[in-house]
Amino acid sequence: MSDRAVVVGAGLAALRGAEAMREAGFSGPLTIVGAEPYRPYDRPPLSKHVLAGEIQADATTLPSSLGADVDWRLGSPVTRLDRESRTLHRADGGTLLYDRLLIATGTRARAWPNPHEGRLSGVFTLRGRDDAAALRAALAAGPRRVLVIGAGFIGCEVASLCRQLGLPATLVEPGPTPLGRVLGSAVGAFIGAMLEGRGVDLRSGSEVEWLEGEGGRFVRAHLTDGTRIDADVAVIALGAVRNTEWLDGSGLSADPGGVDCDAAGFVLDTEGQPDPRIAAAGDVARFPHPLYGGRRVALEHWSHAVMQGTHAGQLLAGAKPASPYAALPTFWSTQGDVVVKSAGLTEGADAVAFTQGEPGSGRFIAVYGRAGRCIAAVSVDSARWLPAHAELVAAGAPFPPQGAAADRPSRGIMVLAPGFP
Amino acid sequence: MPDATLLDQVKDFANRADPYPIYAKLRKNPVSRQDDGTESGTWVAATHGTIASLLQDPRVSSETLPPADRPRTGNPLTDLIVKPLKDWMMDRHRVFIFRDPPDHDVLRASVMHQFSRARIQAMRTRSERLVADLLDEKRDAREIDAVDDLAYPLPVTVICELFGVPREDEPKFHGWATQLATALEPDSLSDTEIRAANSRTFDAIGGYMADLIKEKRRHPQDDMLSGLANEATPEGAKMGDYDLVATSILMLVAGHETTVNLITNGLLTLLRHPDELERLRQDPGRAPRLIEELLRYEPPVQFRTRKTLSSIDIAGVTIPEGADLVLLLASGNRDAAMFPDPDRFDPDRTGTRHLGFGGSLHYCVGAPLARFEAEAALTALARRLKAPRLIEDPPPYRSGAALRGPEHLRVAIDGIV
Repeated sequence: MSDRAVVVGAGLAALRGAEAMREAGFSGPLTIVGAEPYRPYDRPPLSKHVLAGEIQADATTLPSSLGADVDWRLGSPVTRLDRESRTLHRADGGTLLYDRLLIATGTRARAWPNPHEGRLSGVFTLRGRDDAAALRAALAAGPRRVLVIGAGFIGCEVASLCRQLGLPATLVEPGPTPLGRVLGSAVGAFIGAMLEGRGVDLRSGSEVEWLEGEGGRFVRAHLTDGTRIDADVAVIALGAVRNTEWLDGSGLSADPGGVDCDAAGFVLDTEGQPDPRIAAAGDVARFPHPLYGGRRVALEHWSHAVMQGTHAGQLLAGAKPASPYAALPTFWSTQGDVVVKSAGLTEGADAVAFTQGEPGSGRFIAVYGRAGRCIAAVSVDSARWLPAHAELVAAGAPFPPQGAAADRPSRGIMVLAPGFP
Repeated sequence: MPDATLLDQVKDFANRADPYPIYAKLRKNPVSRQDDGTESGTWVAATHGTIASLLQDPRVSSETLPPADRPRTGNPLTDLIVKPLKDWMMDRHRVFIFRDPPDHDVLRASVMHQFSRARIQAMRTRSERLVADLLDEKRDAREIDAVDDLAYPLPVTVICELFGVPREDEPKFHGWATQLATALEPDSLSDTEIRAANSRTFDAIGGYMADLIKEKRRHPQDDMLSGLANEATPEGAKMGDYDLVATSILMLVAGHETTVNLITNGLLTLLRHPDELERLRQDPGRAPRLIEELLRYEPPVQFRTRKTLSSIDIAGVTIPEGADLVLLLASGNRDAAMFPDPDRFDPDRTGTRHLGFGGSLHYCVGAPLARFEAEAALTALARRLKAPRLIEDPPPYRSGAALRGPEHLRVAIDGIV
C-alpha cells in the first residue's frame, strides 16, 4: 500500500518539509493544502523590498525542487482534523485522507481589537502577499502620514521604511521602548534613538484608544492621553496569532501558543502521547528546546522554518533526520539601512552586556546573560561579529564575556539590567 | 635548537613547490601549537572550520606588526627627535590589513567607495585588451615565460592605471613592491634587517606617493587616487594624508604581488591538467568556476597571520592571550570535511566556500579585479597558445611562503594564434 502524505500549510516550513519528504525517498501521493491561493512564497521581502516598491509581491514565490507529482490544494484552509478516521476537512467542503501529516499552518497577523475600526479603508495588517501589495499601493499613493501601531520587528521595519520613502511616520508603542518585549528596554532604547534619528515620530508609552474614520476611510487615531494623530494609513503591527483553531477537537495538545511536539518532532495528544503519523514544523510548532533546558518554545524565525521543516519531512518519510529539529535560533530584521540580527533566545535574561561597537552610535553587539551564562546575542549594524558571539551562546560561555577584543566600546563593556516587561 | 616544526617546514623554501602534504599533517590537529622558542608559541589553524571561526572572532587581532623602530643613523638629531616622531606616525597610520575595527572600517570604506562598479567594469575590458597586446608581442616566440611576459605586467598595469600612477614610473615599483610584500611573511616581523629594509622602502615609495597625491589634488583625474584624495564617502569619511599614502601603497603592493600568483598558478595547474585546459579552450564560459577552484586549490595567499587579544577555547585547545596565530587558508581549502576529495582539481564542484580571498572583515578588497584579470589571462592563454608544454615541473618558485607562486613559468609553444 502506498501511504498518503498531506502537508497542511503552504509556507516556508511546509515547502521544505514536502521537499525533504521527497528527497528522503517518499514516493507516495503528496498533497499540500494552503489557505491562500498561492504557491509558497518568501515573507521577509514583503516588509522590505515589496513595501519599498523594489519588487512586486508576486515575485516572492519560493524556488522549489518539487516536481509535478504533488497535488496542490490552494485557496481553502483546513478547518478540522479527525484523527480517528485520519480525515482532514476543508472550508470548501472537501475532505482529504492522510497516513502521514505535517502540520505547518504558521501564524496570522493579530487583528485590531475593534473589528469595525479594523475594516476602515486605510487600515492594514502585514502578514501575507496580498497584505503587502495593498499596503505598498497605499504607501505609493503618498499618504500625509503613516501611523504604525506596535513597535515590534514588523512595526519598526515599516516605520523605518516609510522614512526611507520620505513619508512622515508615527510609531506608537505602549511599552517604554521599541522591541522591548524581545530585546528588553536597555537595547530597545538604542533602537528607539536610532529610529528617531531617522525621523520616526516615536511615541513610546502610548496607546491608541480608537481609530476614527470619515466616510469609511481612516483619518486619525486618538491616543489614550488625548493626543490625536492625523494620518491616511494605519498599520496594525501587534504581533502574530498561531493558526491552531482547526485542531480544536482533534485531541491534540494545541492552544493559541502552538501545537505541542516532543523532542523528535511528533505532535503530542492531550494525554502527552506522541502521534507517530503527525509532525509539526515552523511558527506553529511548540517544542522543548534542548539548548534552553527543554523549555517549550514556538519560534517565528525564517531559518527555523527551514531547518524544522526539513527535519519533520525527513521524519515523516521514515528517514533518520539529518537536519536538527532545534538548532540555535537566529533571525534578522532590516530597519531601513540598519540590519538587526540575533542568535539565541533573550527570554529570561537577567543582564545585558554591550561588548562591541558603540551603543550610542547605533552600531553594537549586545550579549544577554542568565545566571552567569551567555544565552543570546544581538547585533545592530555589526553582523560580522555575530557568528563569534553565536558560538559563545551555543557553548553557554561565562557571562559577561571577558578579556580584550577588537572593537570594544571605548568606555569598556557596559552591563545593564535588560529591562524586560 | 628545537626540531623543525611543521610550521618551519611550511616556511622552508625546499617545500615551496608542494607544501600540501605538510598542511595535511597539520590538519590532524585543527589548531596546534608550534614551538618557536617563545613561551606562547605560534598557533596554527589548519582546518576550514577553525580558520573560518577565527577569521570572524573579535578576540583575534590583525594588528600584528611590532612597533615601528627605524634603524639608527648615528646622527643624534635624527635618532633622538626625527626617528621617534617618524616611528610614532608610522604606528598610527598602519595600512588597514594590519588594523582592527573601528579604525579599519573607516579606511576600508573609503577604498570600497572608490572601487566602484563602473571602475571595475572598465578594468575588465581593459584587462582583455592588455592581455591581447602582451600576447601579440610574443607572436613569433617558441617559448614564453608566463610570469614576465603576462602574469606580472598585466596586474601591474591594471593597478597603476586604476590608481593613476604614470606608466613610466612603474619600473620603480617593481623593487619596492617585492620588498614590502615580505611584511606578510611571518619571519619578517622579527628580522631586524628585513624590517630596516622595509622602513627604507616605505620612505621611498611614501615620498613618491605624497608627491603624486599633491599632483592629484592640483589636477584631479578620473582615477582612484584622485578620488581618495579629493572626495569623501557618503558617510563623510575622508583619509588624512598619512593614511592615504599608506593605503595607496598597500593597494599598489597588493596589485603587484598577488594576482601574478593567481594567473601563474592557474596556468601551471591547467598545464598539469590538460583536459581542463582543452575544456576551457572550447568553452571560455567555464572560466569563472575554474578560477574559483583555483582559488581553492592553489590560492595566491597561502596564509595570514594574526594575534590573540584574549585566550580562546577552540577545537579542544586553549590559545593563550597574546599568541601569534597563523591562519592556514590554503590548508582549510584542502579540508576533506568541507571539500570531498580535496586534493583533486575539479572546477565542477558546487557550493564551495574557499578561503582564497580570506574571509570576514578583511576579505580581499580586490577580489573582483583579480577574478577579471585571471579570467582574461587564462581564457586567452587557453585559446591562443599552440601546443603549450611545461619546460620545468615544478618551476622555480619565488621566496615567499605566504605569497606563494612561481618566479618563472617557462612554457614551450608552437606559436601564438
